[in-house]
Amino acid sequence: MLTVFLLLFPVAAALLLHFAKGNAARVMALGAALVEFAVAVYAAVISQLTAQTQFEVNVPWIASSGINFHVGMDGLSLVLVLLTAFLVPLIILASFRHDYPNASAFYALILFMQTGLIGVFVSLDAFLFYFFWEVALIPIYFLAGVWGSERRIAVTFKFFLYTIIGSLFMLAAFVYLYFQTGLHGAARSSDLLAFYNLTLSSDQQSWVFWLIFIAFAVKMPIFPFHTWQPDTYTESPTPATMLLSGIMLKMGIYGTLRWLLPIVPKGVSHWGPLVMVLCIIGIIYGAIIAIRQRDVKRLIAYSSLSHVGLMAAGVFSLTMIGLQGTVIQMLAHGVNVVGMFFIADIIQRRTGTRDIAELGGLTKNTPALSVTFLVLLLSTVALPLTAGFVGEFLLLGGVYQYNHWMGAVAGLTIILGAVYLLRMFQRVMLGPDTQFTATIKDLTGSELAVLVPLIVLVFWLGLFPGTFMRISEPAITQIMTIVTR
Amino acid sequence: MTSIILLSVLGIINLFLGFLRSNKILLPAAMVILALVFGANLLDWNAAPESYFSGMLTIDRYSVAFTGIVTLTTLLLIPFSQKYVRDGQENLAEYYSLLLFSLVGAIMMVSYDNLLMLFVGIEILSVAMYVVAGSDKRNVRSNEAALKYFLMGSFATGILLFGIALVYGATGAFSLIDIAGAVVQPANATFRPMLYIGMLLMFVGISFKVSAAPFHYWTPDVYEGTPTFFTAFMSTVVKTAGFAAFFKLLMVAFQAAESFWIPTIMAITVLTLLIGNVGAVAQTSVKRMLAYSSISHAGYLFIGLVALNGKLSANGIFFYSLAYSVATVASFGVLKLVADQRQREDYAVLNGLAKTNPLLAFVMTVAMLSLAGIPLTGGFFGKFFIFGAAMDKGYIGLVVFAVLMSMVSIYYYLRPVIAMYMRPAEEDMTEPVAVGPFQSAILVLLALLTILLGVLPGLLSKVL
Repeated sequence: MLTVFLLLFPVAAALLLHFAKGNAARVMALGAALVEFAVAVYAAVISQLTAQTQFEVNVPWIASSGINFHVGMDGLSLVLVLLTAFLVPLIILASFRHDYPNASAFYALILFMQTGLIGVFVSLDAFLFYFFWEVALIPIYFLAGVWGSERRIAVTFKFFLYTIIGSLFMLAAFVYLYFQTGLHGAARSSDLLAFYNLTLSSDQQSWVFWLIFIAFAVKMPIFPFHTWQPDTYTESPTPATMLLSGIMLKMGIYGTLRWLLPIVPKGVSHWGPLVMVLCIIGIIYGAIIAIRQRDVKRLIAYSSLSHVGLMAAGVFSLTMIGLQGTVIQMLAHGVNVVGMFFIADIIQRRTGTRDIAELGGLTKNTPALSVTFLVLLLSTVALPLTAGFVGEFLLLGGVYQYNHWMGAVAGLTIILGAVYLLRMFQRVMLGPDTQFTATIKDLTGSELAVLVPLIVLVFWLGLFPGTFMRISEPAITQIMTIVTR
Repeated sequence: MTSIILLSVLGIINLFLGFLRSNKILLPAAMVILALVFGANLLDWNAAPESYFSGMLTIDRYSVAFTGIVTLTTLLLIPFSQKYVRDGQENLAEYYSLLLFSLVGAIMMVSYDNLLMLFVGIEILSVAMYVVAGSDKRNVRSNEAALKYFLMGSFATGILLFGIALVYGATGAFSLIDIAGAVVQPANATFRPMLYIGMLLMFVGISFKVSAAPFHYWTPDVYEGTPTFFTAFMSTVVKTAGFAAFFKLLMVAFQAAESFWIPTIMAITVLTLLIGNVGAVAQTSVKRMLAYSSISHAGYLFIGLVALNGKLSANGIFFYSLAYSVATVASFGVLKLVADQRQREDYAVLNGLAKTNPLLAFVMTVAMLSLAGIPLTGGFFGKFFIFGAAMDKGYIGLVVFAVLMSMVSIYYYLRPVIAMYMRPAEEDMTEPVAVGPFQSAILVLLALLTILLGVLPGLLSKVL
């Protein structure tokens, strides 16, 4: 029942928001998101550290077709539900300084989105998973399309088309698998376990792999399915960018772990090398383009592209440490990127520009901002003691086990990351003032309220990653046994 | 049967109410009649199937289900009749009565057991449509629509009748069951070609009525010229009844000759999907876009016919028709309200609607998402069930093509959404559109129904 509560509470709150106006709406949204977070933490505390699915609910949805409303959480789901429930209140809080027109709709969409995201992470039925997968797309499309900047219409349209076309391929694969479950006289089922128990030939697996993979690859995004990403991240209002990069991107990685690797293991081992190469290209490509960026937000977008490539490479390395690294890095990246986009937003709001060339000398007036920015930035660069280090270290270890050369090339991400991020920090925060930055003010209370929890988590993940690895480990082990059987 | 009797009798009473010349009485009266018919129809749900007129009509669950859709659609549509059916206008009551009588035709189409009944049903429905297409008498476009529809429609009817005659000649029967027997075991093999030609001619006739390509050429012009209220009626009720009739014909009478006609129907399906979707992309008027979109939806419904998958197909067509009708009524309803006030029908007329009329914009968005087949709306599960029925029979290629076409459709269904939410209103259109409280309530109901079908499809996924 806990799962159902986590799933339905945000959307119920979103409906109620329509009766609130302006300020009341954001406070209500924040309250609802905090309640959701509290419940998620409670679920994590009472959960057992086994591979068993917990908090399970399984009732008929379309009874005549063997499609069930089957939800539940194992360690992997739990970690991502925690991440979602942790980030959403911060994202809402981060938007407090903006005066978005039609605020109640804006916050209702964020909460609606949360239902979609959590639904993706807890669904154990293929069609339910697909359902929530699309449900998560609709609110973010409107968030980005209605409240975004000038070029938003074309950009979000491209984003919508890319993701929906990708997911239609996945739907086709699910329908095919669904029919496969009924081949030998058994009743058709779209349950996750029914899919795991399918015995597909190598040929079947190798094309089903692509159908499912494209949906996830677009969402993450993996090179060359990424072309929607930089524009959408840049043109969206910051809360939407945070949702996209902090949480939605993890839908793709989670989907790969849950709905791709165990269902078509042979397909994965067949196409794995090609995908690895694409991931590595993405890592390097994202990093090199990031170096050339003048726009802070766009730079972070490309850096996110580079990092997601590494996470995907960790998944396809099919090693235990690679997968565990992915889980930690999903958390770390969520925290880092949300923090970075928030800081970019703060700087833009204070100075009126995001252009690196027009910025400079911010440290003099803004010690708190500088320190938080530096911590998040170093965590993104993967400096030891920070969240990014643990994740990237494990990931690189996984990729290295898979192939030494790929590991070596992927390792460049740390160096390149240091190049573009430190360069940005130097140009934006240090050096002489410009006309835009002379009178900048330091962080306010509400901004600190967003950044402090993020910083705490950066160090928590960096120093005691075990807290979270313990939760996800049994689930990851189970996925590995299915993949390698 | 009660529904047919009720509609005929009350339709005449409604006609006499016309002496009062007041929409204040006529509109509620028509709604009460429809609600009565809807209720009376549902009462037949648990009754045993019953034949009337020496087995020419059968009221069974199949007919009750589809009668339910057409009456509900009309009931929800009729509140939007204002302005085309103006207070004090001469022929006020006639239009309502024509709709009620045409429903009798639709009900006959979904419950026929005999080709003569099918023909009579189609004609009752069509003749009423020819008249209402021209109901905006002083508008040239409306006149053109009526004339075009009438000329083309009667031609198609002739072809249908010719087909029925040939089928009768080959099988010696009008009754579906007897025809089925003769198709399985022909009395004389030399009649075979005659039977096949008859079948094809019948297909042409019915395809015309449901606006399937390549017999769709009348659709965009007629839909555009006809007053929006009646266009909505044409693209929902006529189509639903047409497909229910078509499916029954194929399933009961012609199934044994499947191998002969499947390629034909398949070709029509592919062509309809292609022309409907690609045609809709190029439109600049929302109404014309909806006309092409209705062609494309005929294509998706055709997939249910190709699959010919017994209960799976029947349930698929039922669910699809319901979801499609609800969303179409909602979209035409919004379009009509907006276009009436602003006197335009291009996309720009919707610009900024989310600011001036958030409710209309929301309902339109739900309708568009449903027509595009995006989850959370009934349209998704409509496609899901129809495609499932076809996949079950192994038509993977066809389904893949249909999915590709529905990707195309996302392009044109998003355009109204983008216009409403992301573009600012044009200068002379910042006034909110006037919407009555009753119409608002109906629009909300339509949107909720669409979402309900999309969230709990299990409620209606296996009624047949």
